Amino acid sequence: MEMALDILSWLLIACGALLGMVGGIGLIRLPDFYCRLHAAGVTDTGGATLFLTGLMLQSGLSLITFKLLAILFFLLVTSPTATHALASAALSDGPEPLLDGSRAKRRGGGSSRN
Amino acid sequence: MKHAGSLFFVLTGIWLVWSGHFNPLLIGFGLASVLLVLVIVGRMGIADHEGAPIEVLPRALTYAPWLLLEIAKANIDVVRVVLSPKMPISPSLFECDSTQKSDLGRTMYANSITLTPGTVTVEVREGRFKVHALTNAAADGVKSGEMDRRVTGVEGQA
Amino acid sequence: MILAASAGAPAGIPDAMFPFLVVTLIASFVTMALALTRASLGPTTFDRILGVNMFGTKTVLFISLIAFVTGRRDFIDLALLYALMNFIGVIAVLRFSKYKQFSDLDEQESQGSPPGVEE
Repeated sequence: MEMALDILSWLLIACGALLGMVGGIGLIRLPDFYCRLHAAGVTDTGGATLFLTGLMLQSGLSLITFKLLAILFFLLVTSPTATHALASAALSDGPEPLLDGSRAKRRGGGSSRN
Repeated sequence: MKHAGSLFFVLTGIWLVWSGHFNPLLIGFGLASVLLVLVIVGRMGIADHEGAPIEVLPRALTYAPWLLLEIAKANIDVVRVVLSPKMPISPSLFECDSTQKSDLGRTMYANSITLTPGTVTVEVREGRFKVHALTNAAADGVKSGEMDRRVTGVEGQA
Repeated sequence: MILAASAGAPAGIPDAMFPFLVVTLIASFVTMALALTRASLGPTTFDRILGVNMFGTKTVLFISLIAFVTGRRDFIDLALLYALMNFIGVIAVLRFSKYKQFSDLDEQESQGSPPGVEE
């Protein structure tokens, strides 16, 4: 039982870290600032949730669990706020969003400098 | 008064969790600082339904699991898009309606949209949001308006 | 490398879980490297801020992991503090990049620029 819980929790932690890495890959691969926001969203929501849930299982039921829960809650409240602030600032005086109609310039290969 | 009371319990709980010491001296310090915060908050006049939204809490607790499920589904979608070699993205910028009546409700709806990967609220005006979506499927999810309906339900008459 | 030098897994976790720890650490470091790459390449200021923001989120998770691996559970408090600082920092940098000053624009406009800040 103890062992199963340990395996589950470390599985969640590793999955969270890998999901965060996918967000990082998206941050490099996606062609446009507004698309990269979505990749950062994966790290902020899915990655953080799995990672911290795994750590919560590690700690058992103690004060640490509540602190981790508070960190998770705080991340889930602030990350969309920061993302929205970034996005609205970028829309008002930043780059034009690359929309579906104007995709001709996009290169599929994943170069980070297009 | 109801809001100040709820704020008192929340702040005391946070103090207890973070200190981890339960001797009278430190609990006394905690109570003193909580009361100081309450006095300051009272003078600023922000202990209202926006500063301590206790009314929406029970309804928000039923909304949270649904939102987490949506976030999980959206995560899978975005991961699939990012990792596929061709990256089938179709970014779009569109407007959608928000039927919430209060700033609190609109904040909840905008944050819920942004929290689901694949959609980001770019601009918030009364009744109209401008949303950037990574794929058509994500855009359709917001356009269907189910999240809007649920957040309005959470908001209630407050 | 410190981990590899000490015999087996660190004190906080059982030996069988060591591969998971290695995967987690490598994935975390790769994420941080990618975020820093975007922050240094990023064509626009907003890309840079986004990269730094992701680096900060990853740091919060990393500090919480360190708390468990080393058994020093009080590191969790540092993680929360870092989450707070990350959020405030992003908002502050965003505001600075927009107005070129930290103080309130409406008040300062009539009195000229505040001391120490060039227009």
